[in-house]
Amino acid sequence: MTKTFSELGFPGRLIAVEGLDGSGKSTQVHLLLKWLEQQGCRVFFSEWNSSALVKSATSKGKKQNLLTPTTFSLIHATDFADRYERQLVPLLRAGYVVLCDRYIFTAFARDVVRGCPPDWVRGLYSFAALPDLTFFFRADLEVSLARILDNRPVLKHHEAGMDMNLSSDPYESFRIFQGRIFEQYLAMSTEFRFTIMDANQRIEEQQGLVRKLVSARIDLKRFAANKPR
Amino acid sequence: MPAKNPRSPRRKEIPAANVIVPRVTAKRFLGHGLPGEDVHKLAGKLIVVEGADGSGRSTQISQLVRWLEGAGHATLQVGLKRSTLVREELEQAQQGNILSRTTLSLFYATDFADQLENAILPALRAGFIVLADRYIYTLMARDLVRGVDPAWLRNLYGIALVPDAVFYLDVAPAHLVQRVFAKSPALDYWESGMDLGLSRDLFDSFLKYQALMREAFRQLQRDYGFHIVDGERDPVAVSDELKEKIAAVLVGK
Repeated sequence: MTKTFSELGFPGRLIAVEGLDGSGKSTQVHLLLKWLEQQGCRVFFSEWNSSALVKSATSKGKKQNLLTPTTFSLIHATDFADRYERQLVPLLRAGYVVLCDRYIFTAFARDVVRGCPPDWVRGLYSFAALPDLTFFFRADLEVSLARILDNRPVLKHHEAGMDMNLSSDPYESFRIFQGRIFEQYLAMSTEFRFTIMDANQRIEEQQGLVRKLVSARIDLKRFAANKPR
Repeated sequence: MPAKNPRSPRRKEIPAANVIVPRVTAKRFLGHGLPGEDVHKLAGKLIVVEGADGSGRSTQISQLVRWLEGAGHATLQVGLKRSTLVREELEQAQQGNILSRTTLSLFYATDFADQLENAILPALRAGFIVLADRYIYTLMARDLVRGVDPAWLRNLYGIALVPDAVFYLDVAPAHLVQRVFAKSPALDYWESGMDLGLSRDLFDSFLKYQALMREAFRQLQRDYGFHIVDGERDPVAVSDELKEKIAAVLVGK
Protein backbone atom coordinates (compact mmCIF):
# COMPACT_ATOMS: atom_id res chain seq x y z
CA MET A 1 0.00 0.00 0.00
CA THR A 2 1.43 3.38 -0.93
CA LYS A 3 -1.53 5.42 0.25
CA THR A 4 -2.34 6.98 3.59
CA PHE A 5 -5.64 6.49 5.43
CA SER A 6 -6.65 9.99 4.37
CA GLU A 7 -5.87 9.24 0.71
CA LEU A 8 -7.95 6.06 0.97
CA GLY A 9 -10.94 8.06 2.18
CA PHE A 10 -10.95 6.88 5.80
CA PRO A 11 -12.61 9.43 8.09
CA GLY A 12 -9.99 8.77 10.81
CA ARG A 13 -6.31 9.73 10.86
CA LEU A 14 -3.31 7.70 12.02
CA ILE A 15 -0.26 9.27 13.60
CA ALA A 16 2.76 7.01 14.13
CA VAL A 17 5.91 7.60 16.13
CA GLU A 18 9.07 5.71 15.27
CA GLY A 19 12.61 5.74 16.61
CA LEU A 20 15.09 3.68 18.58
CA ASP A 21 14.43 2.49 22.11
CA GLY A 22 15.53 5.39 24.30
CA SER A 23 14.79 8.08 21.71
CA GLY A 24 11.99 9.48 23.88
CA LYS A 25 9.23 8.70 21.36
CA SER A 26 6.93 7.05 23.92
CA THR A 27 7.14 10.12 26.17
CA GLN A 28 6.26 12.36 23.24
CA VAL A 29 3.30 10.28 22.08
CA HIS A 30 2.00 10.14 25.65
CA LEU A 31 2.11 13.95 25.90
CA LEU A 32 0.43 14.29 22.50
CA LEU A 33 -2.36 11.97 23.66
CA LYS A 34 -2.95 14.02 26.82
CA TRP A 35 -3.16 17.22 24.79
CA LEU A 36 -5.57 15.78 22.21
CA GLU A 37 -7.77 14.39 24.99
CA GLN A 38 -7.85 17.79 26.69
CA GLN A 39 -8.85 19.35 23.36
CA GLY A 40 -11.89 17.07 23.42
CA CYS A 41 -10.64 15.11 20.45
CA ARG A 42 -11.87 11.60 19.57
CA VAL A 43 -8.45 10.04 20.04
CA PHE A 44 -7.30 6.51 20.74
CA PHE A 45 -3.84 5.33 21.72
CA SER A 46 -3.17 1.90 20.27
CA GLU A 47 -1.75 -0.22 23.05
CA TRP A 48 -0.91 -3.04 20.67
CA ASN A 49 -2.80 -5.70 22.60
CA SER A 50 -2.40 -8.90 20.62
CA SER A 51 -4.89 -11.73 20.52
CA ALA A 52 -4.12 -14.49 23.00
CA LEU A 53 -3.39 -16.99 20.22
CA VAL A 54 -0.88 -14.86 18.38
CA LYS A 55 0.73 -13.80 21.63
CA SER A 56 1.09 -17.41 22.73
CA ALA A 57 2.88 -18.42 19.52
CA THR A 58 5.16 -15.38 19.60
CA SER A 59 6.24 -15.84 23.19
CA LYS A 60 6.77 -19.57 22.69
CA GLY A 61 8.93 -18.85 19.65
CA LYS A 62 11.01 -16.32 21.53
CA LYS A 63 11.37 -18.28 24.76
CA GLN A 64 12.35 -21.51 23.06
CA ASN A 65 14.49 -19.76 20.45
CA LEU A 66 12.53 -21.35 17.63
CA LEU A 67 12.63 -18.28 15.42
CA THR A 68 14.70 -17.65 12.32
CA PRO A 69 14.73 -14.25 10.57
CA THR A 70 11.88 -15.45 8.31
CA THR A 71 9.62 -16.86 11.01
CA PHE A 72 10.45 -13.91 13.30
CA SER A 73 9.28 -11.60 10.53
CA LEU A 74 6.16 -13.66 9.73
CA ILE A 75 4.98 -14.05 13.31
CA HIS A 76 5.33 -10.32 13.89
CA ALA A 77 3.48 -9.62 10.64
CA THR A 78 0.71 -11.96 11.89
CA ASP A 79 0.59 -10.05 15.15
CA PHE A 80 0.46 -6.71 13.32
CA ALA A 81 -2.28 -7.94 10.94
CA ASP A 82 -4.33 -9.06 13.92
CA ARG A 83 -4.13 -5.64 15.58
CA TYR A 84 -4.60 -3.85 12.27
CA GLU A 85 -7.76 -5.73 11.32
CA ARG A 86 -9.28 -5.95 14.79
CA GLN A 87 -8.38 -2.56 16.21
CA LEU A 88 -6.91 0.03 13.85
CA VAL A 89 -9.20 -0.32 10.84
CA PRO A 90 -12.46 -0.21 12.85
CA LEU A 91 -11.28 2.88 14.78
CA LEU A 92 -10.19 4.64 11.61
CA ARG A 93 -13.46 3.77 9.93
CA ALA A 94 -15.26 5.22 12.95
CA GLY A 95 -13.38 8.49 12.54
CA TYR A 96 -10.84 8.44 15.38
CA VAL A 97 -7.40 9.98 15.54
CA VAL A 98 -5.28 6.93 16.32
CA LEU A 99 -1.82 7.23 17.82
CA CYS A 100 0.61 4.35 17.33
CA ASP A 101 3.83 3.87 19.23
CA ARG A 102 5.65 2.14 16.33
CA TYR A 103 4.10 1.04 13.05
CA ILE A 104 5.22 -0.98 10.01
CA PHE A 105 8.54 0.89 9.78
CA THR A 106 9.77 -0.83 12.94
CA ALA A 107 9.36 -4.17 11.14
CA PHE A 108 10.93 -2.85 7.95
CA ALA A 109 14.04 -1.75 9.84
CA ARG A 110 14.31 -4.75 12.19
CA ASP A 111 13.62 -7.52 9.66
CA VAL A 112 15.97 -6.09 7.03
CA VAL A 113 18.74 -5.87 9.63
CA ARG A 114 18.07 -9.57 10.35
CA GLY A 115 18.65 -10.32 6.66
CA CYS A 116 15.16 -10.51 5.15
CA PRO A 117 14.89 -9.04 1.63
CA PRO A 118 13.48 -5.47 1.88
CA ASP A 119 10.98 -6.00 -0.95
CA TRP A 120 9.64 -9.17 0.62
CA VAL A 121 9.09 -7.50 4.01
CA ARG A 122 7.40 -4.50 2.42
CA GLY A 123 5.20 -6.83 0.40
CA LEU A 124 4.10 -8.65 3.58
CA TYR A 125 2.85 -5.39 5.06
CA SER A 126 1.35 -4.04 1.85
CA PHE A 127 -2.17 -4.67 3.19
CA ALA A 128 -1.58 -1.82 5.66
CA ALA A 129 -2.19 1.84 4.72
CA LEU A 130 0.51 4.39 5.49
CA PRO A 131 0.17 6.75 8.46
CA ASP A 132 -1.13 10.24 7.77
CA LEU A 133 1.78 11.57 9.81
CA THR A 134 4.94 9.74 10.91
CA PHE A 135 7.31 11.28 13.43
CA PHE A 136 10.80 9.87 13.52
CA PHE A 137 12.57 10.74 16.76
CA ARG A 138 16.18 11.04 15.81
CA ALA A 139 18.48 11.13 18.82
CA ASP A 140 22.23 10.58 18.67
CA LEU A 141 22.81 6.84 18.79
CA GLU A 142 24.98 7.19 21.91
CA VAL A 143 22.23 9.13 23.70
CA SER A 144 19.60 6.47 22.96
CA LEU A 145 21.97 3.67 23.93
CA ALA A 146 22.92 5.40 27.18
CA ARG A 147 19.25 5.89 28.14
CA ILE A 148 18.65 2.16 27.83
CA LEU A 149 21.97 0.70 28.91
CA ASP A 150 22.80 3.00 31.85
CA ASN A 151 20.26 1.13 33.96
CA ARG A 152 21.99 -2.16 33.05
CA PRO A 153 18.66 -3.77 32.10
CA VAL A 154 18.30 -7.46 31.46
CA LEU A 155 18.12 -7.48 27.67
CA LYS A 156 15.99 -10.16 26.08
CA HIS A 157 17.65 -12.41 23.50
CA HIS A 158 15.97 -10.93 20.41
CA GLU A 159 15.83 -7.41 21.80
CA ALA A 160 19.62 -7.44 22.02
CA GLY A 161 19.88 -8.97 18.54
CA MET A 162 21.67 -11.98 20.05
CA ASP A 163 20.19 -14.21 17.33
CA MET A 164 22.46 -12.54 14.77
CA ASN A 165 25.76 -13.48 16.45
CA LEU A 166 26.98 -9.89 16.39
CA SER A 167 28.77 -10.28 19.73
CA SER A 168 28.68 -12.71 22.64
CA ASP A 169 28.18 -9.73 24.98
CA PRO A 170 24.47 -8.77 25.04
CA TYR A 171 25.26 -5.08 25.60
CA GLU A 172 27.74 -4.94 22.73
CA SER A 173 25.31 -6.88 20.54
CA PHE A 174 22.53 -4.41 21.40
CA ARG A 175 24.77 -1.45 20.43
CA ILE A 176 25.61 -2.92 17.03
CA PHE A 177 22.00 -3.99 16.40
CA GLN A 178 20.56 -0.58 17.31
CA GLY A 179 23.18 1.12 15.14
CA ARG A 180 22.06 -0.90 12.15
CA ILE A 181 18.38 -0.23 12.83
CA PHE A 182 19.19 3.48 13.05
CA GLU A 183 20.77 3.33 9.57
CA GLN A 184 17.64 1.61 8.19
CA TYR A 185 15.40 4.32 9.65
CA LEU A 186 17.50 7.03 8.05
CA ALA A 187 17.45 5.24 4.70
CA MET A 188 13.62 5.07 4.81
CA SER A 189 12.99 8.60 6.01
CA THR A 190 12.63 10.27 2.61
CA GLU A 191 10.71 7.44 0.93
CA PHE A 192 8.06 7.38 3.66
CA ARG A 193 8.07 11.14 4.30
CA PHE A 194 9.05 10.88 7.95
CA THR A 195 8.81 14.12 9.92
CA ILE A 196 12.23 14.04 11.54
CA MET A 197 12.31 15.33 15.11
CA ASP A 198 15.52 16.37 16.81
CA ALA A 199 15.24 14.09 19.84
CA ASN A 200 18.30 15.66 21.48
CA GLN A 201 16.20 18.75 22.24
CA ARG A 202 14.36 19.35 25.51
CA ILE A 203 11.12 17.39 25.96
CA GLU A 204 8.98 20.57 25.99
CA GLU A 205 10.61 21.95 22.86
CA GLN A 206 9.90 18.74 21.00
CA GLN A 207 6.31 18.51 22.28
CA GLY A 208 5.62 22.12 21.26
CA LEU A 209 6.72 21.30 17.73
CA VAL A 210 4.80 17.99 17.65
CA ARG A 211 1.56 19.76 18.64
CA LYS A 212 2.13 22.50 16.05
CA LEU A 213 2.76 19.97 13.29
CA VAL A 214 -0.27 17.87 14.23
CA SER A 215 -2.59 20.90 14.17
CA ALA A 216 -1.15 22.00 10.85
CA ARG A 217 -1.54 18.61 9.20
CA ILE A 218 -4.79 17.40 10.72
CA ASP A 219 -8.01 19.39 10.95
CA LEU A 220 -8.58 18.67 14.63
CA LYS A 221 -11.96 20.44 14.71
CA ARG A 222 -13.34 17.57 12.65
CA PHE A 223 -12.49 15.15 15.46
CA ALA A 224 -14.23 16.98 18.28
CA ALA A 225 -15.94 14.35 20.46
CA ASN A 226 -19.19 16.29 20.83
CA LYS A 227 -19.54 16.90 17.11
CA PRO A 228 -21.94 14.54 15.30
CA ARG A 229 -20.13 12.39 12.77
CA MET B 1 23.53 -77.66 2.00
CA PRO B 2 26.09 -77.03 -0.73
CA ALA B 3 27.47 -73.52 -1.12
CA LYS B 4 25.62 -71.65 -3.80
CA ASN B 5 27.29 -70.54 -6.94
CA PRO B 6 27.41 -66.74 -6.60
CA ARG B 7 26.46 -66.49 -10.28
CA SER B 8 23.28 -68.51 -9.83
CA PRO B 9 20.12 -67.06 -11.38
CA ARG B 10 18.47 -66.65 -7.91
CA ARG B 11 21.06 -64.06 -6.91
CA LYS B 12 20.52 -62.05 -10.05
CA GLU B 13 16.97 -61.21 -9.05
CA ILE B 14 17.99 -58.51 -6.59
CA PRO B 15 21.18 -56.98 -7.91
CA ALA B 16 22.55 -54.09 -5.80
CA ALA B 17 22.46 -51.78 -8.81
CA ASN B 18 18.67 -51.85 -8.62
CA VAL B 19 18.69 -48.91 -6.23
CA ILE B 20 18.72 -45.86 -8.45
CA VAL B 21 20.47 -42.77 -7.15
CA PRO B 22 18.29 -39.78 -8.06
CA ARG B 23 19.96 -37.21 -10.25
CA VAL B 24 20.58 -33.88 -8.55
CA THR B 25 18.81 -31.15 -10.48
CA ALA B 26 18.89 -27.39 -9.92
CA LYS B 27 16.39 -26.13 -7.35
CA ARG B 28 15.12 -22.63 -6.82
CA PHE B 29 12.89 -20.56 -4.62
CA LEU B 30 9.60 -19.23 -5.92
CA GLY B 31 10.69 -15.66 -5.16
CA HIS B 32 13.03 -13.92 -2.73
CA GLY B 33 13.70 -17.14 -0.84
CA LEU B 34 15.13 -17.51 2.64
CA PRO B 35 17.98 -15.25 3.78
CA GLY B 36 21.40 -16.89 3.45
CA GLU B 37 20.01 -20.17 2.07
CA ASP B 38 21.51 -21.66 -1.08
CA VAL B 39 19.17 -24.31 -2.43
CA HIS B 40 20.69 -24.72 -5.83
CA LYS B 41 22.25 -28.13 -5.18
CA LEU B 42 19.92 -29.89 -2.74
CA ALA B 43 20.27 -33.65 -3.14
CA GLY B 44 16.71 -34.70 -2.27
CA LYS B 45 13.44 -34.28 -4.12
CA LEU B 46 10.28 -32.47 -3.07
CA ILE B 47 7.04 -34.06 -4.24
CA VAL B 48 3.74 -32.33 -3.44
CA VAL B 49 0.26 -33.84 -3.45
CA GLU B 50 -2.59 -31.33 -3.35
CA GLY B 51 -6.33 -31.92 -3.30
CA ALA B 52 -9.42 -31.55 -1.14
CA ASP B 53 -10.13 -33.79 1.86
CA GLY B 54 -11.53 -36.96 0.33
CA SER B 55 -9.59 -36.62 -2.92
CA GLY B 56 -7.39 -39.57 -1.95
CA ARG B 57 -4.28 -37.64 -0.88
CA SER B 58 -3.43 -39.75 2.15
CA THR B 59 -4.05 -43.04 0.34
CA GLN B 60 -1.81 -41.97 -2.51
CA ILE B 61 0.94 -40.68 -0.24
CA SER B 62 1.09 -43.90 1.77
CA GLN B 63 1.29 -45.84 -1.51
CA LEU B 64 4.12 -43.62 -2.68
CA VAL B 65 6.01 -44.06 0.60
CA ARG B 66 5.79 -47.87 0.27
CA TRP B 67 6.92 -47.73 -3.32
CA LEU B 68 9.79 -45.27 -2.74
CA GLU B 69 11.09 -47.01 0.37
CA GLY B 70 10.85 -50.33 -1.43
CA ALA B 71 13.04 -48.83 -4.14
CA GLY B 72 15.62 -47.78 -1.52
CA HIS B 73 14.77 -44.08 -1.06
CA ALA B 74 14.46 -42.47 2.36
CA THR B 75 11.26 -40.47 2.69
CA LEU B 76 9.84 -37.80 4.95
CA GLN B 77 6.19 -36.82 5.09
CA VAL B 78 5.23 -33.22 5.85
CA GLY B 79 1.90 -31.43 5.80
CA LEU B 80 0.11 -28.30 6.88
CA LYS B 81 -0.41 -27.23 10.48
CA ARG B 82 2.35 -29.47 11.81
CA SER B 83 4.96 -26.91 12.95
CA THR B 84 6.29 -26.78 16.50
CA LEU B 85 5.95 -23.01 16.43
CA VAL B 86 2.24 -22.42 15.75
CA ARG B 87 0.44 -25.78 15.31
CA GLU B 88 -1.46 -25.64 18.61
CA GLU B 89 -2.49 -22.04 18.13
CA LEU B 90 -3.72 -22.70 14.58
CA GLU B 91 -5.80 -25.60 15.81
CA GLN B 92 -7.36 -23.40 18.47
CA ALA B 93 -8.01 -20.69 15.90
CA GLN B 94 -9.98 -23.23 13.86
CA GLN B 95 -12.22 -24.01 16.81
CA GLY B 96 -13.60 -20.49 16.82
CA ASN B 97 -13.59 -18.09 13.88
CA ILE B 98 -11.65 -15.43 15.77
CA LEU B 99 -8.80 -14.37 13.52
CA SER B 100 -9.45 -12.19 10.53
CA ARG B 101 -8.39 -12.98 6.99
CA THR B 102 -4.92 -11.48 6.67
CA THR B 103 -4.02 -12.59 10.19
CA LEU B 104 -4.98 -16.20 9.56
CA SER B 105 -3.21 -16.15 6.22
CA LEU B 106 0.04 -14.94 7.80
CA PHE B 107 -0.36 -17.42 10.66
CA TYR B 108 -0.50 -20.30 8.16
CA ALA B 109 2.50 -18.85 6.32
CA THR B 110 4.41 -18.84 9.63
CA ASP B 111 3.54 -22.52 10.12
CA PHE B 112 4.71 -23.26 6.58
CA ALA B 113 7.99 -21.33 6.97
CA ASP B 114 8.77 -23.11 10.24
CA GLN B 115 8.35 -26.51 8.61
CA LEU B 116 10.23 -25.46 5.49
CA GLU B 117 13.26 -24.39 7.52
CA ASN B 118 13.17 -27.10 10.15
CA ALA B 119 11.90 -30.18 8.33
CA ILE B 120 11.79 -29.86 4.55
CA LEU B 121 15.17 -28.24 3.84
CA PRO B 122 17.18 -30.36 6.31
CA ALA B 123 15.67 -33.54 4.80
CA LEU B 124 16.39 -32.40 1.26
CA ARG B 125 19.99 -31.60 2.22
CA ALA B 126 20.27 -35.12 3.59
CA GLY B 127 18.98 -36.52 0.28
CA PHE B 128 15.45 -37.55 1.35
CA ILE B 129 12.43 -37.70 -0.92
CA VAL B 130 10.06 -35.32 0.87
CA LEU B 131 6.37 -35.99 0.32
CA ALA B 132 4.21 -32.99 1.16
CA ASP B 133 0.58 -33.69 1.99
CA ARG B 134 -0.48 -30.24 0.69
CA TYR B 135 1.83 -27.27 0.24
CA ILE B 136 1.56 -23.55 -0.48
CA TYR B 137 -0.95 -24.06 -3.30
CA THR B 138 -3.71 -25.15 -0.91
CA LEU B 139 -2.91 -22.17 1.31
CA MET B 140 -3.03 -19.85 -1.69
CA ALA B 141 -6.25 -21.36 -3.07
CA ARG B 142 -8.01 -20.93 0.30
CA ASP B 143 -6.95 -17.28 0.39
CA LEU B 144 -7.81 -16.64 -3.25
CA VAL B 145 -11.41 -17.76 -2.77
CA ARG B 146 -11.54 -15.38 0.19
CA GLY B 147 -10.50 -12.43 -1.94
CA VAL B 148 -6.80 -12.10 -1.02
CA ASP B 149 -4.65 -10.33 -3.64
CA PRO B 150 -2.75 -12.91 -5.79
CA ALA B 151 0.30 -10.62 -6.01
CA TRP B 152 0.44 -10.35 -2.22
CA LEU B 153 0.35 -14.17 -1.97
CA ARG B 154 3.06 -14.57 -4.59
CA ASN B 155 5.36 -12.29 -2.59
CA LEU B 156 4.48 -13.96 0.73
CA TYR B 157 5.25 -17.45 -0.60
CA GLY B 158 8.38 -16.25 -2.40
CA ILE B 159 10.10 -18.00 0.54
CA ALA B 160 8.89 -21.40 -0.73
CA LEU B 161 11.04 -23.90 -2.55
CA VAL B 162 9.69 -24.79 -5.99
CA PRO B 163 8.84 -28.52 -5.75
CA ASP B 164 10.23 -31.12 -8.17
CA ALA B 165 6.67 -32.22 -8.90
CA VAL B 166 3.20 -31.06 -7.84
CA PHE B 167 0.10 -33.21 -8.33
CA TYR B 168 -3.41 -31.87 -7.82
CA LEU B 169 -5.90 -34.68 -7.31
CA ASP B 170 -8.93 -33.34 -9.11
CA VAL B 171 -12.34 -34.59 -7.95
CA ALA B 172 -15.64 -32.91 -8.84
CA PRO B 173 -17.50 -31.56 -5.75
CA ALA B 174 -20.50 -33.84 -6.25
CA HIS B 175 -18.20 -36.87 -6.28
CA LEU B 176 -16.11 -35.49 -3.41
CA VAL B 177 -19.08 -35.16 -1.09
CA GLN B 178 -19.81 -38.87 -1.53
CA ARG B 179 -16.21 -39.77 -0.65
CA VAL B 180 -16.29 -37.55 2.44
CA PHE B 181 -19.46 -39.27 3.69
CA ALA B 182 -17.89 -42.66 3.01
CA LYS B 183 -15.33 -41.96 5.75
CA SER B 184 -16.89 -39.43 8.12
CA PRO B 185 -20.45 -38.79 9.26
CA ALA B 186 -20.40 -35.01 8.91
CA LEU B 187 -19.06 -32.23 6.69
CA ASP B 188 -16.28 -30.08 8.14
CA TYR B 189 -17.01 -26.39 8.77
CA TRP B 190 -13.84 -25.12 7.04
CA GLU B 191 -13.84 -27.64 4.19
CA SER B 192 -17.37 -26.44 3.51
CA GLY B 193 -16.22 -22.81 3.50
CA MET B 194 -18.90 -21.86 6.02
CA ASP B 195 -16.93 -18.72 6.97
CA LEU B 196 -17.63 -17.36 3.48
CA GLY B 197 -21.39 -17.21 3.93
CA LEU B 198 -22.06 -18.89 0.57
CA SER B 199 -25.09 -20.65 1.99
CA ARG B 200 -26.51 -21.35 5.44
CA ASP B 201 -27.02 -24.94 4.33
CA LEU B 202 -23.84 -26.94 5.03
CA PHE B 203 -24.29 -29.33 2.10
CA ASP B 204 -24.99 -26.52 -0.34
CA SER B 205 -22.06 -24.49 1.00
CA PHE B 206 -19.71 -27.48 0.64
CA LEU B 207 -20.57 -27.89 -3.05
CA LYS B 208 -20.20 -24.17 -3.77
CA TYR B 209 -16.98 -23.82 -1.80
CA GLN B 210 -15.35 -26.88 -3.35
CA ALA B 211 -16.28 -25.61 -6.82
CA LEU B 212 -14.54 -22.30 -5.99
CA MET B 213 -11.49 -24.15 -4.68
CA ARG B 214 -11.33 -26.23 -7.83
CA GLU B 215 -11.44 -23.06 -9.94
CA ALA B 216 -8.72 -21.48 -7.77
CA PHE B 217 -6.50 -24.54 -8.34
CA ARG B 218 -7.00 -24.23 -12.10
CA GLN B 219 -5.92 -20.60 -11.88
CA LEU B 220 -2.88 -21.60 -9.80
CA GLN B 221 -2.04 -24.33 -12.31
CA ARG B 222 -1.93 -21.68 -15.04
CA ASP B 223 0.27 -19.39 -12.90
CA TYR B 224 2.62 -21.92 -11.32
CA GLY B 225 2.36 -25.00 -13.51
CA PHE B 226 1.61 -28.44 -12.02
CA HIS B 227 0.00 -31.76 -12.91
CA ILE B 228 -3.78 -31.97 -12.64
CA VAL B 229 -4.50 -35.65 -12.02
CA ASP B 230 -7.96 -37.11 -12.52
CA GLY B 231 -8.64 -38.26 -8.96
CA GLU B 232 -12.01 -39.87 -9.74
CA ARG B 233 -10.39 -42.96 -11.20
CA ASP B 234 -9.52 -46.18 -9.42
CA PRO B 235 -6.78 -45.47 -6.77
CA VAL B 236 -4.42 -47.92 -8.51
CA ALA B 237 -4.69 -46.05 -11.80
CA VAL B 238 -4.00 -42.76 -10.01
CA SER B 239 -1.06 -44.30 -8.19
CA ASP B 240 0.40 -45.66 -11.44
CA GLU B 241 0.25 -42.22 -13.00
CA LEU B 242 1.97 -40.61 -9.98
CA LYS B 243 4.69 -43.28 -9.92
CA GLU B 244 5.40 -42.89 -13.61
CA LYS B 245 5.80 -39.12 -13.29
CA ILE B 246 7.87 -39.38 -10.10
CA ALA B 247 10.14 -41.98 -11.70
CA ALA B 248 10.89 -39.41 -14.41
CA VAL B 249 11.69 -36.81 -11.72
CA LEU B 250 14.11 -39.18 -10.02
CA VAL B 251 16.18 -39.66 -13.17
CA GLY B 252 16.28 -35.90 -13.62
CA LYS B 253 13.70 -35.44 -16.36
